[in-house]
Amino acid sequence: MSKTILRAKKINKDFAGVQVLFDISISGERGQVHGLIGENGAGKSTLMKIIAGFLQPSSGRILIDNKPVNLKDPAMAKRMGITMIHQELNLVEDLKVYENIFLGKEIKQGMLLNKRNMIHRSKEILKELGEEEIDPLEDVRNLSVAKKQMVEIARAISENSRILIMDEPTSALTDYETEILFKLIKELKQKGVCIFYVSHRLKEVKEICDVVTVLRDGRVIGEYDVSNVSEVELANAMVGREIKNMYPQKPIPKDEVIIEVKNLNVPGLVKDVSFQLKKGEILGFAGLVGAGRTEMAEALVGLRKKASGEIFLNGEHVYINNYEDAKQLGISYLPEDRKQNGLVLDMNIVNNITLISLEKYMKLLIDKKKEMEKAKEYREKFDIRCRDLFQEVRYLSGGNQQKVVLSKCLEVEPQILILDEPTRGIDINTKYQIYQFIANFVKSEKSCIVISSELQEIIGLCNRVLVMREGKIVAELMGKEINEEEIILYATGIKEEVY
Amino acid sequence: MPLESKRRFIDYFKNFNYEKLGSLIALAALFIISGIANPIFFRPLNIMNILRQISYVGTIALGMTFVIISGGIDLSVGSLMALLGGIMIIVINQFGGNVLAILIAMVVGAGLSVVLGFGTGLLITKGKIAPFIATLGTMAIYRSLVLYFANGGEYRSISSIYPKIGGGKIPLGESFFIPTPVIIFFVYAIICHIILDKTRFGRYVYAIGSNESAAIYSAIKVDRVKTMTYMIVGFSVFLTSLMLSSRMNSVSSTSAGLGFELDAIAAVVIGGTSMKGGRGWIWGTVFGAIILGIINNMLNLLNVSPYLQGAVKGLVIIGAVLIQRKRS
Repeated sequence: MSKTILRAKKINKDFAGVQVLFDISISGERGQVHGLIGENGAGKSTLMKIIAGFLQPSSGRILIDNKPVNLKDPAMAKRMGITMIHQELNLVEDLKVYENIFLGKEIKQGMLLNKRNMIHRSKEILKELGEEEIDPLEDVRNLSVAKKQMVEIARAISENSRILIMDEPTSALTDYETEILFKLIKELKQKGVCIFYVSHRLKEVKEICDVVTVLRDGRVIGEYDVSNVSEVELANAMVGREIKNMYPQKPIPKDEVIIEVKNLNVPGLVKDVSFQLKKGEILGFAGLVGAGRTEMAEALVGLRKKASGEIFLNGEHVYINNYEDAKQLGISYLPEDRKQNGLVLDMNIVNNITLISLEKYMKLLIDKKKEMEKAKEYREKFDIRCRDLFQEVRYLSGGNQQKVVLSKCLEVEPQILILDEPTRGIDINTKYQIYQFIANFVKSEKSCIVISSELQEIIGLCNRVLVMREGKIVAELMGKEINEEEIILYATGIKEEVY
Repeated sequence: MPLESKRRFIDYFKNFNYEKLGSLIALAALFIISGIANPIFFRPLNIMNILRQISYVGTIALGMTFVIISGGIDLSVGSLMALLGGIMIIVINQFGGNVLAILIAMVVGAGLSVVLGFGTGLLITKGKIAPFIATLGTMAIYRSLVLYFANGGEYRSISSIYPKIGGGKIPLGESFFIPTPVIIFFVYAIICHIILDKTRFGRYVYAIGSNESAAIYSAIKVDRVKTMTYMIVGFSVFLTSLMLSSRMNSVSSTSAGLGFELDAIAAVVIGGTSMKGGRGWIWGTVFGAIILGIINNMLNLLNVSPYLQGAVKGLVIIGAVLIQRKRS
C-alpha cells in the first residue's frame, strides 16, 4: 500500500469563462500535513473546495487510493473520507453545540434521536480539543467567534475522516487556542490522517506542515519541504517579489493627548477601563478573544450601552451615546467582522463606501456622480481590485472587501481611527498596504487604535500596547517591553501588574 | 464624449440584472400572447380598463415594496383600506357631503393612515414583534372595527361629488381617456421610485433589508427608517382607499379590501423584489401589478371560470419567483 492517499491531476477550473486554476497537481500522503499558501485570490480555497466536492473542476482528475473518483457533491466526498473545515463558519446559529456537531449524522436509536449519546460524544470531542468549558447544550449563537471555530473543528473531527482540509482555521483563534489545535493536528497525523492546511500565516505553516505548496494566480509555484525552506523564501514565492519590511517605521507621537477615556464600564464585559491616546500615536490593544477589547471599542463609539465612563476629546468632556455622536466627533470604528457588520454584501462598492456619510452627497437628491467620484478616489488610494465600482461587494476578495470598509471608515474624516482586527483573513500584500496606510494616517496628528489578536501585528505596528484580560486593562507596554512573551504573560494572567 | 456616453449605456445594461429584467420580459411575453389569443385585448379601452383595475392594488403594492425591501411585511393593508374608507365616508356624511366635507375626510384619512403606520412601526421596532405577527394582529383589529362600525353592513356616502374622484377620467382626444386612478398610480410610482432610488431614506431601506447589523455600524437610525416604511405603506393604503371608496361611493365592511394584502405582496414579488429584503425596485412592482391585471383580464376574455383564476395567478407567482431564482 503506497503512502499517497489523494492525488489531484491537472485540475483546471473556470467561473463563467474566467479561469482561476491552471493545471494544478497536488497530492497528499497518510500522516502528512500539507500546507497550501498563497495570497487571496490565488485559488487555495477553490482548489480545496474541489477536493471536498463543493465545486467541480472544469477538467482534471482526482484519484483516491489510485482509483479515479467523481466527487460530484460534498456527500460523495464525505463517503470517500474527505472533510473540510471552511473559512467562513458554517454553523447553524440557532441549534445547540452538540446538534451542530452531529448535524447530518445524528446518532439514532430506532426512529428517535439518541440525544444523551450525542451530548456525551460531543463532550468527549470538545475535551480532546481542550474546550471543556463549551457546554454541548449551549446555543451556538451565544458563543464567541473563536469558540464557534472550535465547534466547527470538533464537527470535522467527529467525522473520523482520512483526509481533513482546514481552510484558515486559525484566523479567528487566539494563540492559545491555536496551540491546542496544533497539538490536535499532530495527534491526527500520528493516526495517519492526511491534512491539507490552508493559511496566510507563514509562521504557522513552518511550524505545523511537512510540505508546503505555494499557489499564485491559480498556478502552482512550487512544492517545498518545510525543513529546507525559510519563511522569507516562502513569502517571496507567494508574492512573486521580495518583501523585506512588512511593517513601516513606527511613528513618533506628539505629547498632546487627543482622547482620554476614564473608567469605562460595560456590565460583565468591560471593567473600569481608562487610557489616554496621544496625537500621532498607534495604540495597540492585545488580549485573548473575549477579553473585552471589541466591547470596549464599541462602548467607546456608542455602539454598545455603557454603564459609566467619561470621555475627553482634546481636553473637552464629550458625550457619545450612539455611533452618530462618535461620527460627528471624528471617531471612526472598523468592525471586527466585516461581512456581518462592516459591509452590506448585496450593495455595490460605491454605496457601501458612502453609506455612512450620505449626508455629504445630498443636494435635493443623492448626487450619484459625486459619490462615484469619491469612490474612484478610494479605488486609487487603496488599489481596490474590482470589475467596476458597481460590483456587489460580495464578489470581492477578502482583502478588497476590507479596503472598502476602510474607505467607509475614512468617509467620516476621522481624527481617531479604531481598527478591530484590521487584517483578519487577508493576504500579505493587502496587509502590507494596510500597515502603510496606518503609518501614513497618524503622520498628520491623527491617531489610531489597533485591536488585534495577531501579536506580530501589534508588536510591529504600535507605539504602545495595552493588554486586556477579563474586561480590564492589565498592563501597559512600551518600547522593548512590547514583545510576544510579555504580552502573553499578561494576557493569560500569569503575570499581573497594577495598572 | 460620445464614447463616454456609449460606455455608460453599456454599463447600464451590464448592471441591469436578470432579477429585474425577468419581470419585464414576462410582461412583454404576456402582452404579446394575450393579444394573439384575443385581439380585443389590444383595444385602448381594454388596456385602460386593465390599468384602472390594477391601480388600486398597485398603489398599495408600491408602498409594500418599501416594507418588503427593508425586510418587513404588512398584512393589514386590506383591512386598513376598508377601515379608512369607512371612516372617510362617515366624516363626509357628518359634514354634509360637500367639497369641504370631502377635504376634511381626506385629511382625516391621510392623517390616520400615517399615524396607524407609525403605530405598526413602533410595535415592530420598539416592541420587537415580528412584522408578520404584528400586522396579522392589526389586520384582525382593523377588520373587526370596520365590521363593528357598520354593524356588518355597508358605509354609504350621501355625497354626489365624491364619486368624481375615483370615477373621474381625463379625456385625451375624442374617444380616449385616462381614468384618474391610473394617473394617481403612475404619478405615485414615479414619486416612490425617486424616494427609493435617489434619497438617503431609500438607500437606508436597502441597507437595512440586506444587513441590519451593518446598517447600525453605519450610524443609520434603523428603527426610524423601518417605522417610516410602515407609514409609507399606510399612506399608500389611504390613496387606494380614497380611489375605491369614492368610485363606489360606498364601502362594504365585509368584502372591501379582502385579499388585497396577498395581491399586493404578489405584485411586489413578481416584480423581482426579494422577500428576504435588500433587493427590489419600484418599476418591478409596477410590472408585477400589470402582469396580474393582464392575467385576470385574459382569463375573463377567454371565458375561463372565475373559480380557476386563483390557480392561474398562483402558478404565475410561483413561476415568476422560480425563474428569478434560476437567473440569479
